[in-house]
Amino acid sequence: MSVHTLSIDGRPVAVEAGASLLAACRGAGIALPTLCHLDGLTPVGACRLCLVEVEGQARPLAACVSAAAEGQVVRTDTAQLRQFRRMAVELFFAEGNHLCAVCVANGACELQDLAVAVGMDHSRFPARWPRRAVDASHPLFTLDHNRCILCSRCLRACDELEGAHVWDIAERGEHCRLVAGLDQPWGEVAACTSCGQCVDACPTGALFRRQESAGDHQPRRDRAAVLQQARQQKLWRNQGEVPP
Amino acid sequence: MASYGSPGAWGGASVGSGRPLRPPELARGVAMSRTITIDPVTRIEGHARITLQLDGDGHLVEARFHVLEFRGFETFCQGRPFTEMAAITARICGICPVSHMLTAARTGDKLLAVAIPAAAQKLRRLLNLAQISQSHALSFFHLSSPDLLLGWSCDPARRNLFGLIAAEPELARAGIRLRQFGQQIIERLAGRRIHGAWAVPGGVRSPLSPVDRDAILAGLPEAKATARLALERFKGLLDGPLRAEAQSFGHFPSLFLALVGPGGRWEHLDGGAAAGDGRSGGGLRIRAADGGLVADGLRAEAYASVLAEAVEPWSYLKAPYYRPYGYPGGLYRVGPLARLNVCEAIGTPWADAELIELRQRWGPVVLSSFAYHLARLIEIVACLEAIEALLHDPQLLDPHVRSRAGLNRLEAVGVGEAPRGTLFHHYEVDEQGLIRQLNLLIATGQNNLAMNRTVLQIARAFIPDPVPAGAEIPEELLNRVEAGIRCFDPCLSCSTHAAGSMPLRLELRDAAGGLLAVRERG
Repeated sequence: MSVHTLSIDGRPVAVEAGASLLAACRGAGIALPTLCHLDGLTPVGACRLCLVEVEGQARPLAACVSAAAEGQVVRTDTAQLRQFRRMAVELFFAEGNHLCAVCVANGACELQDLAVAVGMDHSRFPARWPRRAVDASHPLFTLDHNRCILCSRCLRACDELEGAHVWDIAERGEHCRLVAGLDQPWGEVAACTSCGQCVDACPTGALFRRQESAGDHQPRRDRAAVLQQARQQKLWRNQGEVPP
Repeated sequence: MASYGSPGAWGGASVGSGRPLRPPELARGVAMSRTITIDPVTRIEGHARITLQLDGDGHLVEARFHVLEFRGFETFCQGRPFTEMAAITARICGICPVSHMLTAARTGDKLLAVAIPAAAQKLRRLLNLAQISQSHALSFFHLSSPDLLLGWSCDPARRNLFGLIAAEPELARAGIRLRQFGQQIIERLAGRRIHGAWAVPGGVRSPLSPVDRDAILAGLPEAKATARLALERFKGLLDGPLRAEAQSFGHFPSLFLALVGPGGRWEHLDGGAAAGDGRSGGGLRIRAADGGLVADGLRAEAYASVLAEAVEPWSYLKAPYYRPYGYPGGLYRVGPLARLNVCEAIGTPWADAELIELRQRWGPVVLSSFAYHLARLIEIVACLEAIEALLHDPQLLDPHVRSRAGLNRLEAVGVGEAPRGTLFHHYEVDEQGLIRQLNLLIATGQNNLAMNRTVLQIARAFIPDPVPAGAEIPEELLNRVEAGIRCFDPCLSCSTHAAGSMPLRLELRDAAGGLLAVRERG
């Protein structure tokens, strides 16, 4: 097994070759904020929160999709990175309709936690207040587009773990939105197995169990990682650690 | 304080409020009608203005309570899942979030068509009792007692809670502690004092622990002592310095509407064990001023057939009335006094004794709006006694507090008694459970007509008729007009589903609507 050694925030770190910078940071106990990343799913570099500065690179890199390389000098916590991260979080809030007070995921929301972590007390950008719908056509789950940040974790969980590929992102720019099936009401998509992995993968309250009310949402966000490990270890039976 | 024409012509009283006096902008015509405006009205929950309309001869012809807030909850709730209504409608108000949460949850129960667990029903009752007692304590001690205890002519700069603390520190402290007692029950049940999302369709989210129950019990003796102190003090004033106010503050016949329980007992929360069914006795009741029952045993769903809402161009607050009697003849009052007028008995010994004394003092149906203050204190007693009884009920600690069900109905009306009166939530949902139509009928709105009537009556009693041209009206008299509104403890954020805090403005207008003078504080 070949190993790369690099410097992160002045600390020497050794990682397996092929590991991402995000894995290198986390292995070294350095917390990098993420939203679109979920252990167990393929990284996509969509949220831009895990940006790091690498010496010799003109621009910051998304750590989740950048491989760690021998001799790299990486900084994760510079003034510029903090500014970028805070701006990214503020833009998430300005882009959708995020009303924590009445949200099912209040208290269990990664976006909310991140806003606290980056010190966002308000958004400097004017809220767009887009008019977005709620899809409550599924018998077990509800999709609220107002709270969707297009991280695509649901899409990847459905595709990579369940193999159903119910979800896709449709359209462009500000019109981008999550669609089920061929842009059908979720409840009409025959491919959906109602496994609920998308709901557990969602970082916000965009996907939740029907009849959950404010603050009710208790997602199992480690479910993807548990399933992926189980698959690698060829554990085909539920041995208690995987939610039914 | 108001002025019109050149200041100081009658009474000559300098009010010393520090509010700026502006000269009349214009005098149009010879015999013109005028308007006196009190803007903003202070020590109420919200933004409002009072105008007193004078005719050309200076006679008072009309009084209007203008509510200046607008929010639009009924529109932006459309398209949201009904399960969120308890959390969203609670945000209408920071004073009564609990009342909205409970009524929304109750309406949600009816959409699910479930029977909620007995422990959940009792916990909801406990929460509502805490809410009523803390809100009444706020109204009486923080907002109204400066008028009642310090006097109408007290310097406005001192006629507030801080003035009360300086003059009567023991009573003020006890009142603040009483409110805290209610707030802490809410916090122990709902997780936080304001906007805890705890009651949900199907029940409540978490049970009560024995530790919390015991902590609440420990606070009861002090709360009761405070209620006793305030009652004795206030009843003494009613027999003495406040005797005139009791007769002139909104003393008129009207209908009274409130929930009653089985046997016509005092009630504050709809829904027995079988949510969605008719109740075994009880329901909405309307009593006339002569004591006769105009309607009884009405279910929440009947509200639209017995109540209608009028809209006036001068206020964002709608004016509900009893439909069969028409507008504005169908004026009715809700709230603490209505609950006491409508019920046969309260059902706990101390509160029943106080209720009997109230009826001995003012008759079997109490018509004076000033009696709302006393009714609030009696209801605090009723709440404290009911809280004590509930806390000794072993079923209260049952951990089974939530029933689960799918959407089974597309329309439901929930009703509850908020501190200020009967609260209706009416939801229509589509097959997916998303809100299609929402109607909220709020206590303060239902008292709108009565508040206007009260203001007119007080103005007639305490302001000279005709009002001489070019005179000042002393602050003391205008404060009485304001205090008439405070009898109802109006909450304007709820009633318009709107936002704000409270200042006071008074305008004088001529017949053409031109502004002659304005006086404001804020």
